[in-house]
Amino acid sequence: MKKYNITVSPDFKPDKIAGWYIFNTYLQQAADISLHLNLYDGFEQQRKAIADGQVDLIYANPFDAAMLVNEYNFKPLVKPAGANDECVVVTSADSAFTSIDDLVAGTKIAATDDPAINMIGMRMLEPANLNEDNTETDVVVSFIAVAKQIMDGKAQVGFILKEAFDGFSNMVKSRLKVLVVSEIDVIYHGLMAAPSLHERAEELSNTLMAMNTEPKGKAVLEGLGFNAWEVMDDEDAAFMIDLMETLRS
Amino acid sequence: MNDMSPTDIVGDYQEHTLELYKHGTRKVYVTDIETPFPEGKLIVSVVDLDGNITHANKAFVEMSGYQENELIGELQSILRHPDMPKAAYADLWQKMAKGEKWHGYVKNLRKDGGFYWVYASIVPNVRNGEIKGYTSVRRKPSREKVEEHIELYKGMKNEEV
Ligand SMILES: Cc1cc2nc3c(=O)[nH]c(=O)nc-3n(C[C@H](O)[C@H](O)[C@H](O)COP(=O)(O)O)c2cc1C
Repeated sequence: MKKYNITVSPDFKPDKIAGWYIFNTYLQQAADISLHLNLYDGFEQQRKAIADGQVDLIYANPFDAAMLVNEYNFKPLVKPAGANDECVVVTSADSAFTSIDDLVAGTKIAATDDPAINMIGMRMLEPANLNEDNTETDVVVSFIAVAKQIMDGKAQVGFILKEAFDGFSNMVKSRLKVLVVSEIDVIYHGLMAAPSLHERAEELSNTLMAMNTEPKGKAVLEGLGFNAWEVMDDEDAAFMIDLMETLRS
Repeated sequence: MNDMSPTDIVGDYQEHTLELYKHGTRKVYVTDIETPFPEGKLIVSVVDLDGNITHANKAFVEMSGYQENELIGELQSILRHPDMPKAAYADLWQKMAKGEKWHGYVKNLRKDGGFYWVYASIVPNVRNGEIKGYTSVRRKPSREKVEEHIELYKGMKNEEV
């Protein structure tokens, strides 16, 4: 049987690694397909693998959706129900800033390498006339590391995925002040298939969308942190790609 | 397009008559009441090739003051404010015709006569190589840029007459 490669956007939470391995095992049985899960350390390595044709199925960051669809002809299959990518812009609890409008040029930002969250975060700073040119960004390894930079006074604002922020302990949250939370609703990760899997796209979508209807599939989804897959059709992806395009500058 | 209705207006107002492109005139009533941009949100709409609204998100509907069913199928110029110079829109449609992206500061008119400022980015929706419509995403503008554009547009309006 032909073996296909599956990968996951490198911004998934470390505690979900096991969940993705279990998902991979589940999908192979449920869809009678041979899959190998490759995890990449960063977005650059993953993009290189895509360019080299080493990715057949990907749980993609919304920022990469345009590239996947337009340059490599990937087809969207499904997205996690109700799980949008939203950004929380935080400062330190004892900071003098009370709103985005208080921020000034030269602001130091702590961020991860998640391209969607960074783009949304940057746009959220615009009402203070801040952009890539008049701010400085420190890239750290995780959202909790972003929180730590803020708590240690090493940066004034941080960009944190809302899902990650919601999972922080009360101790951490009490030392942060939220300046704004994005409510965009239409930017999300999605599972996409390379042309090598297009003939099996419909079958895979059906298998994935049925997962929450049986106990084993349900448990696997829980391990990924959501309740069900929802259809993501070509127009859903095209709409999101157009929207992301407006946010690029 | 229908004229605005004085009974919908909240507060003291002034009457203006807009000349719409290809769609006759519209009587509008405007007040000095500004509605702040909703924090963290984007105001999104999609229009077809003729400028008719085919999709409006919740923030769009709320900020406009209209009901969703009053907006879908209506021209996007239902939000046109008399303080906006014609040249701003001419530039927008020129970019769209060329399949390019447009950015600009826009003062929009609400159903109740009030207004709100946005920073808008518009892109053509290309599907299978053809432009099928346009998406506009509006973000919160900085106060400084708004003040700049109040002056700029005032000057441009003066040159129109
Ligand atoms: C996607 C899209 C969004 C638009 N959004 C607005 C808007 O929010 N407010 C506005 O006054 N005009 C908007 N316009 C421009 C209107 O279609 C119209 O050109 C403008 O209101 C001026 O009216 P006129 O063309 O009849 O002169 C938009 C156009 C496009 C293509």
